[in-house]
Amino acid sequence: MVNPQNLLMSSGRWRSWEYALWLLALASPFALASHALIINEIAIVALFALSLDLILGYTGIVSLGHAAFFGMGAYSAALFAKLVMPDPLVGLVVGMVAAGLLGALCSVTILRGTDLTRLMVTLGVGLILMELANKMSWLTGGADGLQGVIMGPLLGQFEFDLYGRTSAAYSITVLLLVFVLARRFVNSPFGATLKAIRDNRLRAMAIGIPVASRLVVVYTVAATVAGAAGALLAQTSSFASLDVFEFHRSADVMLLLVIGGVGWLYGGVAGAIVFKLMQDVISSITPQYWTFWIGLFLVVLVLVGRDRLIRPWTWFRPSAGGRQP
Amino acid sequence: MLTILFDGVAYGMLLFILAVGLAVTMGLMNFINLAHGAFAMVGGYITVLLMQQFDVPFLLCLPVAFFGSALLGAVLERTLYRPLYNKPHLDQVLFSIGLTFMAVASVDYFIGSGQQIIQLPEWLKGRTELGEGRWMLGMGHYRLFIIAVCAALTVALQYVLTKTRFGSRLRASVDDQRVAAGLGINVNWVFLGTFAVGSGLAGLGGALGAEVLGLDPSFPLKFMIYFLIVVAVGGTSSITGPLLAALLLGIADVAGKYYIPTFGAFIVYSLMIVILIWRPQGLFVRKGAK
Repeated sequence: MVNPQNLLMSSGRWRSWEYALWLLALASPFALASHALIINEIAIVALFALSLDLILGYTGIVSLGHAAFFGMGAYSAALFAKLVMPDPLVGLVVGMVAAGLLGALCSVTILRGTDLTRLMVTLGVGLILMELANKMSWLTGGADGLQGVIMGPLLGQFEFDLYGRTSAAYSITVLLLVFVLARRFVNSPFGATLKAIRDNRLRAMAIGIPVASRLVVVYTVAATVAGAAGALLAQTSSFASLDVFEFHRSADVMLLLVIGGVGWLYGGVAGAIVFKLMQDVISSITPQYWTFWIGLFLVVLVLVGRDRLIRPWTWFRPSAGGRQP
Repeated sequence: MLTILFDGVAYGMLLFILAVGLAVTMGLMNFINLAHGAFAMVGGYITVLLMQQFDVPFLLCLPVAFFGSALLGAVLERTLYRPLYNKPHLDQVLFSIGLTFMAVASVDYFIGSGQQIIQLPEWLKGRTELGEGRWMLGMGHYRLFIIAVCAALTVALQYVLTKTRFGSRLRASVDDQRVAAGLGINVNWVFLGTFAVGSGLAGLGGALGAEVLGLDPSFPLKFMIYFLIVVAVGGTSSITGPLLAALLLGIADVAGKYYIPTFGAFIVYSLMIVILIWRPQGLFVRKGAK
């Protein structure tokens, strides 16, 4: 007899290989010191993908405007460091809170309508923020980006250096913390209701799940995490520019999450590693046209079937057929 | 002021021609095709290349652009799009973004990333002015031409959809694919034809709009949002919905850029979000429609 409570708890339990994996990750900035910059980037992107996974993978909301929260976190952390105080940890919290507030505000836009409507409003919110950041140049520096952000040492001890070792260690630590919390979150009864909403919203409503308030909460949480990723980017690069709001960012993060697999918290992390390495390799071969190869990869990925990519032995079997929900 | 209204109408008409194909694919096949702008770009580039390399007159280029993109649309529908009709929306979004990325990079590679300029024939270059002072109406001949072409197309489309045999087959396939197939309608061919015409219209819009909107490899990404707004706001169940939405958007955009330039595109996006929160299925959807 399977007890549902045990089922939930066992899926949330940590396995030994996971401890090893995270220890490796934490050691990587020091072991591969010359690659610390890219490790830092991967950690930030992974965090961003993790946040998208919360709403896309676990709740089934298709969003093309997730960069809005990323950018909000980046700008508020950078502005805070520039105008108020340079402490990174406080800045991180400020970025997260700002993005979370924005997420709570925007969550009303995703409550109604179809996938198309949601695509449009999320896309629209991202574009509006980009326009705002562009036009409010007295505050944000406009198209030139926000310059002159100087970060204080981490915990008052560790200076951010040019090689990015401190940055990478910092980003990975934040990623780990958020990962642990997110895992707790999705494996809780609350997380189970989210999956119910994803699978069948009508049925979820019928068994008494308050769909709207759940969506608001998860959207806010996801926005907060995205804000953390943005804040990390702004802090470790000491710079924020309009680029953080670009449509490319939203599309890329969705892409890499799908590469890694949705609805599985490691998906974002795996996708981030694959995507960043691929980008690094391809753009060193053809710097200008790497989007072509990404596009081709996406098209093939969808035609082969997303769920099959990680199972190569099923590629040549006919597809299961039938309409997917 | 009338001039702004006129320019807005011309712009809206152009958006309508660009977006109506998308309205059909989205409404009909329930396929979120973000690559629609790529077909428009193809039409635009066909026109530019024909005019620059082979000195083909502008008017002849327009049908070539239409049939060129329609053919491309038909080929892609047969090979790539069809297997995806029944996939979840996320797959369709990813697929069409991938296609757009590929189109952007290929055009960049083969033709170059610069802005392409179209040399209009002499008779389209002028401008007619009517009236005086605040109520002066200045009509660029080219915009007048766009409005005329688009109005003719709209009437033709409406006629085909409501009065012809193909139109009724199409509407039958939209409403219930299985029953339509059971009645002996070849749904596959209807969809193929519709997709091709939709892509062709996008190509025609791209050719017409190259002068007004500008043409460079980032075209599909830059204008994707506009097509989507037209379709999302207008709803996908009729032609008049997208038409009205396109006109509204065109006038709001032109007027907004003229009167309050500091806000830029801000107005259009906010307008869209407000409308979509208020009426998630689009402004002009009959009550009870899906």
